[in-house]
Amino acid sequence: MIQIIIILTAILTLISFIFDKKKTIKGIKKGTMMFLKILPTLLSVIILVSVVLYFVSDEVLMEYLGKDAGLGAYLSAAIIGSVSIIPGFIAYPLAGILLKTGVSFSVLSVFITTLKMVGILTIPIEAKFFGLKIAIIRNAFSFIGAILVGGSMALIYYYL
Amino acid sequence: MKKKLKKYKFDFPVIIAFALFIAGSYLFKYNPGISIFQDNFWTFLKEMILALPVMFILVGLFDVWVSKERVQKHIGNASGIKGIILIILLAFLQAGPLYAAFPVAYILWKKGTSARNIFIYLSAVSIAKIPMLTFEIGFLGIKFSLLRIFISIPIFIIIGTIMGKYFTKNKCEINNG
Repeated sequence: MIQIIIILTAILTLISFIFDKKKTIKGIKKGTMMFLKILPTLLSVIILVSVVLYFVSDEVLMEYLGKDAGLGAYLSAAIIGSVSIIPGFIAYPLAGILLKTGVSFSVLSVFITTLKMVGILTIPIEAKFFGLKIAIIRNAFSFIGAILVGGSMALIYYYL
Repeated sequence: MKKKLKKYKFDFPVIIAFALFIAGSYLFKYNPGISIFQDNFWTFLKEMILALPVMFILVGLFDVWVSKERVQKHIGNASGIKGIILIILLAFLQAGPLYAAFPVAYILWKKGTSARNIFIYLSAVSIAKIPMLTFEIGFLGIKFSLLRIFISIPIFIIIGTIMGKYFTKNKCEINNG
């Protein structure tokens, strides 16, 4: 998928260049400047995420989200999901493995929704754009939203 | 220069400390350190280095080519339900991590997108990008994905509306990073 987007961008840039050389260079410059400006924050966030993820190994997840974990499994799922940022191409295979080891769909739905909607560790990046207050409020709302989504899914899976 | 350094007062110490830690880990064959670097950091860096510059170039081109009037008309303050549908479609087509969506949000905001639609966009990006969806269906099944998306949509429209009201009332701004 990312390859398609890179090719698409290259084609768009080329077309843009043919139509207006000056405008295109201005646009690319603007984009590059924005990227460089955010790069240090991005790097430090990636570093934090890498370290945190080291402690959230597959085994830890199985232990806390597994079928013996009871109601605590939902809580763990929500907390781990909110703190971690795991790219989809790692998260989904992982979720597949968890499912096979006996983690329920209900717990997985809480995990996946918080994982996707809440990014506590990316708040520093978000704050650069939106300000710290908005970033925190938005993540708090997303957390409530994710719990609602995960909770409803858990109920549906439990009763159907 | 001093002002610039102050802006990154947390970032540079983290980066320097990490660089030293990793160098030390390799020097003394400290496995957790090597694993953090190879398995985690490197994976994320690869994802970021591919997705982000592309995103930013698109944002830059969007900035110089698309007029404010056009954006305002379709996804601005008076855009209604049609605007919501448009912004959700735009979000679903995106790739890359959530933090790649922040610069897009900035440029959309600068061009006159309503605050509500900005926040709907951010939620929509995080819940259902089509490229990731194919992955999700493969591992967890289509029932799981569809349930998750259909339950999420009304919830994030509500969140977007509340956030948009708060944002506008407090005259908040979005900066360019």
